[in-house]
Amino acid sequence: MKPSAMSKRKLKESSAESAESISQVQKILRERFCHHFCAAGKLFGMEQQYRHLLELLRRTTVHGESNSALVIGPRGSGKTALLNHVLKDLREMTQVRENLLEVHLNGLLQTNDKVALKEITRQLQLENVVGDKVFGSFAENLAFLLEALRKGNRTSSCPILFVLDEFDLFVHHKNQSLLYNLFDISQSAQTPVTVIGLTCRQDILELLEKRVKSRFSHRQIYLMNSFDFKQYIKIFKNQLSLPAEFPDEPFAQKWNNNVQHLSEDKAVQDVLQKLFHHSKDLRSLHLLLMLAVSAVTVHHPLLTAADLQEASRQHSTDSKANIVHGLSVLEICLIIAMKHLNEVYDGEPFNFQMVYNEFQKFIQRKAHSMYNFEKPVVMKAFEHLLQLELVQPLERPSARAQREFLLLKLLLDSSQIMEALQLYPNCPTDVKQWAASSLSWL
Amino acid sequence: MIKKCLFICFSFSLGIMNTRQQSKLIYSWYGKPLGSDRKLRTSHYKGILITSESSKTETCIQLGDFILVEGVNADQPYVAQLVDLYEDGAQHKHAVVQWFCRLEEIPQNQRKMLKRDISAQEVFFDQVLGYDTDIAAETIIKSIMVIPLHLGEELPVITLNKEQTFYVKQSWDGKCFKVLSPDTFSKLKEANKTRGVITNSSKASIPSDIFTPVKKKTESVVRSATKPKKIDMEIESKHSSSKSSLSKERHSQRMANNDIKTPTARKKLELNSPTRSKGRLLGYEVLGLLDDDCDATAPLEQSATKRKVKFTNDILGSPPKIPCSDDKSKSTTQSAEHHQSDIMRLSPYTKVNDFSDEDKNLQEKDDVPSLGGYQSSQSPVVTPRSRRRCVQKTSALIAEQISMLDQEDFLSDSDSSYSLSSEEKEDDDDDDVPCTPEKKTKSNRILSTPKSSRKSAVHTPAKTLRKTPLKGTPRTPRNATPEIPRRIQATQEPASVLEEARLRLHVSAIPESLPCREEEFQDIYNFVESKLIDGTGGCMYISGVPGTGKTATVHEVIRCLQQAAENDELPPFQFVEINGMKLTDPHQAYVQILEFLTGQKVTATHAAVLLAKLFSTPGPKRKTTVLIVDELDLLWTQKQNVMYNLFDWPTQRHSKLIILAIANTMDLPERIMMNRVASRLGLTRMSFQPYTYKQLQQIVSSRLKGVKAFEEDAVQLVSRKVAALSGDARRCLDICRRATEICEFARQKRAPEMVRMAHVTEAIDEMFSSPYVNAIRNASLHEQIFLKAILAEFRRAGVEEATVQQIYHHHVALCRMEGLQSPTVSETMAICSRLGACRLLLVEASSKYLHMRVRLNLSQDDVMYALREE
Repeated sequence: MKPSAMSKRKLKESSAESAESISQVQKILRERFCHHFCAAGKLFGMEQQYRHLLELLRRTTVHGESNSALVIGPRGSGKTALLNHVLKDLREMTQVRENLLEVHLNGLLQTNDKVALKEITRQLQLENVVGDKVFGSFAENLAFLLEALRKGNRTSSCPILFVLDEFDLFVHHKNQSLLYNLFDISQSAQTPVTVIGLTCRQDILELLEKRVKSRFSHRQIYLMNSFDFKQYIKIFKNQLSLPAEFPDEPFAQKWNNNVQHLSEDKAVQDVLQKLFHHSKDLRSLHLLLMLAVSAVTVHHPLLTAADLQEASRQHSTDSKANIVHGLSVLEICLIIAMKHLNEVYDGEPFNFQMVYNEFQKFIQRKAHSMYNFEKPVVMKAFEHLLQLELVQPLERPSARAQREFLLLKLLLDSSQIMEALQLYPNCPTDVKQWAASSLSWL
Repeated sequence: MIKKCLFICFSFSLGIMNTRQQSKLIYSWYGKPLGSDRKLRTSHYKGILITSESSKTETCIQLGDFILVEGVNADQPYVAQLVDLYEDGAQHKHAVVQWFCRLEEIPQNQRKMLKRDISAQEVFFDQVLGYDTDIAAETIIKSIMVIPLHLGEELPVITLNKEQTFYVKQSWDGKCFKVLSPDTFSKLKEANKTRGVITNSSKASIPSDIFTPVKKKTESVVRSATKPKKIDMEIESKHSSSKSSLSKERHSQRMANNDIKTPTARKKLELNSPTRSKGRLLGYEVLGLLDDDCDATAPLEQSATKRKVKFTNDILGSPPKIPCSDDKSKSTTQSAEHHQSDIMRLSPYTKVNDFSDEDKNLQEKDDVPSLGGYQSSQSPVVTPRSRRRCVQKTSALIAEQISMLDQEDFLSDSDSSYSLSSEEKEDDDDDDVPCTPEKKTKSNRILSTPKSSRKSAVHTPAKTLRKTPLKGTPRTPRNATPEIPRRIQATQEPASVLEEARLRLHVSAIPESLPCREEEFQDIYNFVESKLIDGTGGCMYISGVPGTGKTATVHEVIRCLQQAAENDELPPFQFVEINGMKLTDPHQAYVQILEFLTGQKVTATHAAVLLAKLFSTPGPKRKTTVLIVDELDLLWTQKQNVMYNLFDWPTQRHSKLIILAIANTMDLPERIMMNRVASRLGLTRMSFQPYTYKQLQQIVSSRLKGVKAFEEDAVQLVSRKVAALSGDARRCLDICRRATEICEFARQKRAPEMVRMAHVTEAIDEMFSSPYVNAIRNASLHEQIFLKAILAEFRRAGVEEATVQQIYHHHVALCRMEGLQSPTVSETMAICSRLGACRLLLVEASSKYLHMRVRLNLSQDDVMYALREE
């Protein structure tokens, strides 16, 4: 609690500190946490990959060498950030400037080759030549583009960089003809092109057709989040620190000192350790820090370990268990009945009638505080659970089947239910007891 | 009623317009046989009469005349001089010609030798051997003018009849251009003169001369504007069925048409015909008929190919699919076609005439109301001569009326844009059809050879690409050939040995020779060469796994053959390449082939028809076509008609088509082809074996000749590794290229470094190592525990599939053992979906939440191996 006490004191000292600094901090940090791809940010633990990619693209632009490569890494490992960084640095090189055409495609947007071709034509600014007519036919469009690319050669044509985001989705296009053609151009003496694919799938090469695969140069750049916890702490510090050019210098100094203290704090390290164990990608770290930073106000100008702990708690709450907190006692009872059914029948599906029977047994034998509800009332409660997707029907409900006998499955684990019950406010004790005693109460 | 009828007729005729422009043309001999050869059973003639049935015109072409002959491309009929005419034993009419070649027929690269601008009207005296000079007489379209000029001489400014007059300055023998020898020059000059004499004499012999009054009128108009000399012939040829007449002419013709071709005029002809001696029309009548014919066709002629006449001759009668039109045309034109009914061939084209006639009727009525009465009063008493006179009179009247219009037109005809637009407008008005096909034709003229079209746009930078106006024809966007912008800074040349090596090792770098494929090369070369020499067709199927040099070898063969053809060792041939992967649909293959061959752009079905025509009919001057079909398996369709057609064409007698089909699978014909397709493909097969390590080593070292960048052992290691895996040369080169990069990274300052074993090993590892193990090792702790939990659950259940709930229980238990805080279900789900996105796991749709089933995407042993190392 020492840091927080310290910050309290600091707060009093610097009560004059304008809200402006705070809002500045918020702005800078939020921008940093939200724009993961932003090239202004820093790259961590991918120097080798950075050099490889930069060199590759530099050779494309400077020597007109065609290439193809895949950047592979799990979600949030910084593939796009890496590429943006490389492109930014590349554009700053004198021998590269204005010498590279870029075409960015995304598998989620260009869902088939026809759309992709149009997009390529648009981004290469050839569409004003084409007019509307060529776009009438996919075939003509393809022939048009291939013709354009074929006419170029290594020494005179401007190199083109194709970036295929979500590369794995392009693989599902018919015949993979877009990929074939791009890779084919990259392997023949035509306009120099470099094809960079970004994907999170490790099995991407197995998805390529053999002739497409043969044309791909097999350069794979892996991003693996391969840093250890020490580096993780460093990244944490780095991400939270204010830049040197922050206008209010004393505040920035104070803030950075505080961050330094935080990184050495045991409680903070525990929080980070837990997060690190769950997921190494920086996106989840950003999310955590975002939650923590939003607690910073004028009255609470510096981050504390408690803020981070709170953020961590929010970050890791169980979404389904959260829903259970808001249920009525009757609905809780139904869920407990389902839990028992699951235990008795070993996860077999159940229907409303079975749940109702189980509930009736409880009412008759054990309940002291519970009122015996009518069946339609129970049904209503049950349907509410269905709407909340705490239970899920095995098949789509049809008009013919009676709703009481529709087979269902519970989407909660027993541990989740017990945990939720612990936190449930004013839970009747008999219900709690019933929940705890799985079979013994019979 | 009429309107509806018209519409039907028209829509129908439109359908065929594109394929062929068929007019019933009847070819008959002019005059008695000059002499006959008993042995060969041939009889020679001095002239041929071309009669167009539908419009009752006749034209006479005599020996020494210059003619247009149907070519592959509708817009580029061949130019020739008629040398001989004879009929063989089988009653086929033949013509022997001296060819002239247009600029478009000369290979692009050799055009440069001319070192001067060539007008579109200039032709070259063709001395290329190997062209068949004996053609079917039915392919003659019409007569034209070819005027010999001396080399330095300027082309006379001809404002009229541009399309019909050609100039010859030089001769072309396939390799170089020569000045016309005085002998040929005088001969050509002579031909022109004699021709003039003939026409003149025919004029003299027939009092009412060849020209209709309208023509006379126009003639007189023109005379004031252009050179008086030769004007007769120019006009004559202008009005003789012009296939590719300029639109300005059309416009004027059009104006004239509207007046000439009244129903009464037609009726008169019909009345006339019985009195006429059967079987032979007088020259002037032929001309008249032809006139009508051409006038009617002019506004409608579009992308029709010149092959049509031949087609009708080959297939007697009408094409079966259009019976209704035949009926129609019969009924409307039969009376006029009594003569020569023995060789009457109905063709859909007559349709068009009918339509346009009727159409004109409609327009006519308010135009010249008095005309009909006048003519009909004359009609009952006409003899051929008096008819002519009356036609003259009527036409003179009409001509007077329109002469003003014409005059304007002719005076301003150097500028075609006005008349062009008006023509198009007119088209739109009375045809009620979009004029796009016409536009297409015009553009085709530009595109006559794919090469030229490509070249025409090269100079335009892509960002500001503008349509390049050519010959004043509007370019449609379809033909805009785009270009990637040029680079601003020059490429850097390789500075170091490694960079040089890398450049040479790039797959795209074309080596001087292809090592290790000598045998295959020789086989393919021999196959194509023999077919080329024989002038026959054939198929060859080439198979092999990717990266074994199939396409490269075939291209090398073509390159060598082209070289040989240039050196006159082989007959010249056309080379067309299609790639199944570069087509959006198998049927697009037709479109691409046709575009390569003739420059036409049409729909797939239409292209199929045209190609079938092209390959099934004998064409004069048509070169052999070598067609490469890459990635053949992608041309597979349900009915396999694309493959069927492709392999059927070479089997036809006149196709002169050689197909080299390339695919990956050796047993493709047996696996996916129907029997009839496989049978046509034949048994000429060749399979490319994957490269052995020695071959790969040779490939790499041959590329690195003279560059000391690799250690011998390093190359061998790569070769052995690749040969063991796939035998893919591309892979081998890529690894070597990567190794040079690694070497460059690792090397110390300025020290010249060679690529060593270590670098190569690193490159190989990079490319071939399985990413899974590395991915698991770099996963977060809970992800690893989750994988362990999966293994545990698999072991427990004995099934390689588990639900998340089951795995979660194991996960919690494992966490407890490790003393870690157990994750919530939400967190576990997140872990699961992360691993699923990387495809370490295969997971179901996430809507099932806890009950979603999970499988490993790699073997359990791999997971265990990856986890144990820690």
